[in-house]
Formats: sequence, C-alpha cells, structure tokens
Amino acid sequence: MHLDHSHDTPSALGADARRPDGSRRALRIGLGGPVGSGKTATVAALCRALRQELSLAVVTNDIYTREDAEFLLREAVLPPERITAVETGACPHTAIRDDISANLEAVEDLEDEVGPLDLILVESGGDNLTATFSKGLVDAQIFVIDVAGGDDIPRKGGPGVTTADLLVVNKTDLAPYVGSDLGRMAADAKAQRAELPVVFQSLRTGDGVKDVAAWVRAQLAVWTA
Amino acid sequence: MSRAALLVLADGRFPAGGHAHSGGAEAAVRAGRITGGASLEEFCRGRLHTAGLVAASLAAAAVLGVRVGELDAAADARTPSPALRAVARKLGRQLMRAARATWPSDELDAVAREFPKGAHQPLVLGLAARAAGLGALDAAHCAAYESVSGPASAVVRLLSLDPFEATGVLARLAPEVDRVADRAVEAARGVVAEGVGVLPAASAPLLEIGAEGHAGWGVRLFAS
Repeated sequence: MHLDHSHDTPSALGADARRPDGSRRALRIGLGGPVGSGKTATVAALCRALRQELSLAVVTNDIYTREDAEFLLREAVLPPERITAVETGACPHTAIRDDISANLEAVEDLEDEVGPLDLILVESGGDNLTATFSKGLVDAQIFVIDVAGGDDIPRKGGPGVTTADLLVVNKTDLAPYVGSDLGRMAADAKAQRAELPVVFQSLRTGDGVKDVAAWVRAQLAVWTA
Repeated sequence: MSRAALLVLADGRFPAGGHAHSGGAEAAVRAGRITGGASLEEFCRGRLHTAGLVAASLAAAAVLGVRVGELDAAADARTPSPALRAVARKLGRQLMRAARATWPSDELDAVAREFPKGAHQPLVLGLAARAAGLGALDAAHCAAYESVSGPASAVVRLLSLDPFEATGVLARLAPEVDRVADRAVEAARGVVAEGVGVLPAASAPLLEIGAEGHAGWGVRLFAS
C-alpha cells in the first residue's frame, strides 16, 4: 500500500479540479429539491439562458423513469449527446451524496465525449428537504422549492434550504392562488440563510430567471479565475 | 493484513455504485418469482451457487495474481447476457474509482488505465482486496456475500419486505456463503496451475434472461 504518494493517475477520482491531461474540468452545479418544485424546468431555463455563451451538459437523476432526461430532450434545450440520465435505485439522495460513483462516471463521460465543457448541471431526483449534494460531486448547489409546496418551508429549514449556495423559490406566479405569503417566505429564508442568496422565480412570467443565470455566471467566474 | 479492511470493503455502504442495482431481484419480483422472505431465500441461494460462485472465483483468482486481461475475457465468456456484461463493467469501473481512492496502488492505476470503461466487477473486487492487503479467501467471501446481500436489500425496497426478515435470510445463508468462498478459492488455485479454463462456469439462465428483459423496461427502480 502507498497511502501517501501521489500518482500519475489514469483518471480523476472525484472533486479534483484538473482532468488527467492537466486541463481544468467543468464547473459542476447541483440542483436539488422536493418533487415537483421545478428543478427540471429550471435546468431547461438555465440551458436556454447560457447555451449561446457556454459549453454545457446536464446529468439527470431520475428515480424510476427517464422522464426528466426525456423532458429536456423534448424541449431540445441541448443536443441529446449533452444530456445523460443516471439511475438511482430508488434512492435519489444516495446517488448525489453517499455514493456518487454513477454520477461521477456520467460527468467524466460527458467531458470525454462532448467536451471541453464549461459547466455541467447535475439535477437530483425529487427528494425531501434533507437532500444535499456531496462536495465530491459538485462545486456549488442550488436548492429549488416552490410556493405551492407550503410557504412554511423556508421557516422549517433543513439542510437544503439552510445550506444550499443558492435557494430558488419557484412558481411565484402561483402565490395568490395557493395563499402563499412571499414576504414571509423571504423573511424566513433570510433568517435561515443569513447572507446566502435567494431568488424568487417564475418560469411563466420570466421573473428571476436572469438572476439564477447571473448567479451561475458568477460561480463560473470564480471557478475559472 | 488488517481484518477490519475486509469489513470496509464488504460494507454495503462502500461507495461503489451497488445501491442502484438489484442483482436481478427486480425482474424476479415482477415475474412473481420473489414474493416474500421464503422465495427471496431461494432466489439468493440460486444466485449464490451460480453467479456468486463465478464471481467469487474471479475475485479470488485476481488476488492470486492471475492476469487481469485473461480473467476479464473469462468473465465475458461466463456472462451470456450483453446487458449483464455491461452492468458488470459499469460496476467494475465504479468500484475501481472507490478502490483507488480508498487504497491507492500502482496496480489499480495500471488496470484502470488498461480498462478505462471498466473491467468485470468481481475481478476489480479481487484487485481492491489485494490493494487493501487482503487475501484470496477474503475477496471470495466478499464477492459471494455481495451476490446475496444486493438482492436482499433491493427486495426490502421492492416489496416493502420486513428488513429483519431479509437480514434473517442472509444470516441463514451465511454457512453456504462460507462454502462457496472455499470452493472459489480452490478453483482459483486451479486457475493458477491450469489456466482460466478451469474457472467455474455455473450459469443461471433466468438471471440472464430476466436481465435482458429488465434492461428494456421504461419504468424501473433499479439499474439492473
């Protein structure tokens, strides 16, 4: 055993910032959140906003179907070879946190096959409020909740709401219909997250979409600096 | 050699991708062949003495230093289903990543370079055991146990089977797992002397057929 020597390795193992050829790998951003909060639609909106200026790819983690990958394909937000679906064995949080091997394989294959890439979006399967991404898989994470899931979610907190690098509160256009108080959600999110950013987004009206894209650009600027 | 290294490698939480696979249990549940604890036990017993024995022999032979390329070809020859061959390589690649991160070794790096898309999982398991300072019998135990522990935990999710019942199945199979591991090491020693032709080739046709069908399903919980 050689636990302490460095290797001329054939491939990266996890979060290494460099690829085996010495080039910088793509920035990886994870998107997690409850079922139906609009993760896939947010990924689609980000792809539309950024695909002209960046080389992009997406990994989806569907729980028991390939619907998320197929939605992105149908919407034609990216060419099909830039979208990969990972199967998660009924446990979406395991695949993004406890055992990230299949996702690492997917991001590596995307860089090998359609690279060089600037950005890979890794979308989790819909899960609960405790689902967070491993730092071995992503460099930053976005947690997507929606106003219709209950305006008490920011107050309840949990690892996703509290620690995600960006919190997106989606479907703000529905707030009047479901009785959600956006002001209260903003105040609760502020209390849970202190200085961490929050974006209120509606993919119907387009509100907030630019802010999420701008946040991603800022992450990329730091990554490539 | 550290005894506890075997526990690290054999732990179901070892992050090598196995959690997304049912070892054929999902197809067997759908076909009505697994409906509860008793039929899970029969399924696992069948898998142990066929795919499990072959996997354990490959793992043991890898620990004994049999050439990886030969073992990989022998594993291909013993896996008729293309879907299962693809799964074995995928899991081999994922295990390789975890093993290289856990027990860095030049030998693992060399094999990872030779098989960038993955070698068959059981022989990577053998190499991982070797890198961890473990022996052929340890690797065989690990492979034989994995051949039943994967389906058992998958069936807990698929049928909402009582987890104590599933664990009881594994405990009852333990003496047979020991015997399969012993047989596998004996076979692996034979390989060292006589070549890969003497590796066991016990096959489970329903596992192979089930895997081909399962690979085409549009909706499923497990990758295999």
